Amino acid sequence: MGTVPRRAILNESIRNVYFHVPMWFAMSAMLIASLYNAVRYLRSNNLKYDTKSVEFTNVAILLGILGCATGSIWANFTWGDPWPNDPKLNGAAIGMLMYFAYLILRGSFEDEQRRARISAVYNILAFSVFIPLIFILPRLTDSLHPGNGGNPAFSNYDMDNQMRRVFYPAVIGWMLLGTWIATLRIRIRNLSLNSD
Amino acid sequence: MKKIFFLLLNLLISVNLFAQQTVSQEVTMADQLRADGKIWVVVAVISVIFAGIIAFLISMDRKVSKLEKQLKK
Repeated sequence: MGTVPRRAILNESIRNVYFHVPMWFAMSAMLIASLYNAVRYLRSNNLKYDTKSVEFTNVAILLGILGCATGSIWANFTWGDPWPNDPKLNGAAIGMLMYFAYLILRGSFEDEQRRARISAVYNILAFSVFIPLIFILPRLTDSLHPGNGGNPAFSNYDMDNQMRRVFYPAVIGWMLLGTWIATLRIRIRNLSLNSD
Repeated sequence: MKKIFFLLLNLLISVNLFAQQTVSQEVTMADQLRADGKIWVVVAVISVIFAGIIAFLISMDRKVSKLEKQLKK
């Protein structure tokens, strides 16, 4: 997968940038899609958008779990601990828990319209907490992750332009893959709603 | 006498070997995953992603077959 810059500690594991980082990019994209559909549901009261919203969240949670697991493996062999006390990690963990709570909240309602309305409102709340937790707070303090702790525009990345030629297509690819899985799940859910 | 001399000689040779071993061992633990420039960490990461997606697909497959049963009735 192309040449990579030679870095101490990271060594060849710098190639994980092609796999671990796109998980979080794609997860954020899925959450934005979920938020968009939650807002559309609130504007229209059409349950079609609620279905879309919940399935995008499901795929986002899958990508988030994979992001956490891959990050733990990577951190274990470079930072020396599977879960170092890093603001970005803890922020991501809190964010994930909020979205688990979203699924539990959904399970606790019988009435469809009520469930859809409350979970859409909760979705907006969760998203607006999630973004500061993983994108803003780690930049205000200091993090082991590159590009955090201060202005990302002025920080040094381990990545070079040769790697970006693989990295950005990988990000787009994972976003499209996530969208595909989500649309498959939306179609399954629509079929099961129609068959009832 | 000869036997004892050989025993001592062998012991000394083995001491020498132990010394060489400790010199050649690095401080970082010799896990397999840290060998070869940590490329096996990348392999582990890719296999975790693969396993996760496969597990997700299996759960989706179950959903579809449940749906198929429902539609047949």
